Amino acid sequence: MKFRGKIIDVACLNHFSRVITTISKLTKTCVMRLTPDNLFFVLSGKVTNGGVSMWCELHQANFFDEFQMEGVSSEFNEICLEVTPENLSRALKTVQNAKSVKVKLTKKHCPCLTVAAELPSLSSNSRVVTHDVPVEVVPRSLWHEFKEPSMPDFDVSIYLPPLKTMKNVVDRMKNLSNFLVMEANLSGEMNLKIETDLVSVTTHFKDLGNPSWGDAASQDGGASQSRDPEAMAEVRVDIRKLQQFLVGQQVNPSKAMCNIVHQSVVHLILLHDDVSLQYFIPAVA
Amino acid sequence: MQCVVTGGNVKVLAKAIHSLSRIGDELYVEPCFSLCVNQSVQTVFRSVATLEKTVEKCHIELDEAKDRLTFTLHCKHGLLKTHNLSYQDSESLQAVFDKDSYANVFRAHPRLLVDTVVHFPLSVEEVTVTVSDERMWVRNHVEDEAERSRAMLTELCLASDEFDHFAVKAHHSITFCLKELRGLLAFAESTGLLLSMYLDEPGSPVVLSVTDSVLEGNFVLATLSDDHNLCKNNNKGPDAEQPPPPDDFMNDDIDSYLIAMDTSVAPGPSAANPPTTSLAAARETPSDRHRIRRHSEEEEDGDRLPNKKFRSIFFGSVLPPSPQTSMQPVPTQEVLASNSEDETEAD
Repeated sequence: MKFRGKIIDVACLNHFSRVITTISKLTKTCVMRLTPDNLFFVLSGKVTNGGVSMWCELHQANFFDEFQMEGVSSEFNEICLEVTPENLSRALKTVQNAKSVKVKLTKKHCPCLTVAAELPSLSSNSRVVTHDVPVEVVPRSLWHEFKEPSMPDFDVSIYLPPLKTMKNVVDRMKNLSNFLVMEANLSGEMNLKIETDLVSVTTHFKDLGNPSWGDAASQDGGASQSRDPEAMAEVRVDIRKLQQFLVGQQVNPSKAMCNIVHQSVVHLILLHDDVSLQYFIPAVA
Repeated sequence: MQCVVTGGNVKVLAKAIHSLSRIGDELYVEPCFSLCVNQSVQTVFRSVATLEKTVEKCHIELDEAKDRLTFTLHCKHGLLKTHNLSYQDSESLQAVFDKDSYANVFRAHPRLLVDTVVHFPLSVEEVTVTVSDERMWVRNHVEDEAERSRAMLTELCLASDEFDHFAVKAHHSITFCLKELRGLLAFAESTGLLLSMYLDEPGSPVVLSVTDSVLEGNFVLATLSDDHNLCKNNNKGPDAEQPPPPDDFMNDDIDSYLIAMDTSVAPGPSAANPPTTSLAAARETPSDRHRIRRHSEEEEDGDRLPNKKFRSIFFGSVLPPSPQTSMQPVPTQEVLASNSEDETEAD
């Protein structure tokens, strides 16, 4: 197994760091999958993380000037590592002014992802800083847990309101209740509701627009076609999970949408130019 | 004792105090004998930016009869701010070090080290500095094996030509606290002076100094001694709880380290020390203390560095003590300001 990637462009380095920082705010540990063309950060929905799952996909060519990898075997040309994204984020944060940054898989006292940066210096030689981030290799037998999630059979798909606004609303609601109901319909309306013994609060969003999924939607058994556009599909979720998702977003995505499977799961999708992020929050009783 | 600090030097004094406050809670003032002044002295020099704009001079006076140290700030528009601080007598402690005999000497602008420590997360407690003929490596120190498999290891390599002076006679590797280093670097950078670093074998303190015509600052940091198996030996200070000291110190921290002092070791300051009037007190050889301390702490966290209070800072005037200054007539002044500290500075 070998991996070596090099980033020279300062904007790419900055962008890559911000993606890693976003991931680090979403989860403490996750699995990093490396293929010849892509990088994936995957969190599989388990009881321990409240059933939340995440899939983040980057095209390596958009970030790395050089990218070489050799997977476990030629048949399975992939590397799967369990990482703590916060360490990676810290390592990248301080080297934003580097001339170049290399990320490689190394074996030190244990398998590590080594971030090595060449920094500007006063002398003829560059200053080199290396960060060895310990990782764990995920055995092939477990790879099936980290596959790309399939698009759920959703009832409603809707564009999200500005994430910052959502975050402000959710932050305040969190003070009142542990659970929040997210509901939306095919007329571009979304409500965020909380209800306690003393008070109920609802924030209404209108004219959000509904993405058309093209053929997939129209062939979808007619269920969505014949759906009453005013009918709300709702999911009751743990408010902290939604808040955690919103807190991590540092950059406005080019597209932000949400698929709701009634009383089952909220599927959030953020698309940026070079990276896509999917986040699943399950319903709570 | 009375002294007057004028103009821009007030800012330097303030910055020194801020820097020291990042290292310890107690400030030892040593004109002719030692005092111990608690952290309230930092509030006297709270806002460096405001001080710079408003304070013309600072008058420091010791009133032994009343056990009082008075700071009087002469500000613009005839405003006088007087701070009366109480102090406690304490024994004079001397750090035993002879930086001029150290094997390795480096000199650089503090910015170089500031740019180095920025790569370490704030959670990193100790760093290890290793030197060879042409290079200096700085990396974070990880305590035990278990942490090693989880912790991120960061290492920075500096080439000798990044330094103004780089003289290595012995290849050593020393480990000391990063927090204190950050504090002293902030001060050193603000002086605009070159920082000198004296490095010897593990166990010997590392000394960092800034010097100019009116100021000499020596920051002496204890380093981990080489022998990690020392705790297996029998002990001099058996308990983790140190018995109370003979003197009436009020602060537990001072108690514990004073008691750990091995009084059999404590030669006077070596002849090589410059004859400056040092303003701060110190303690005995860090390595001795460290060894003693490790016995008592073996139950606790293994290879911890000695209590972080054990740092000594020397600030001295390099001017020879002038008989005139000590006999300067002091204009009698009424104390105009009360003891209560006003948050807002009048401008």
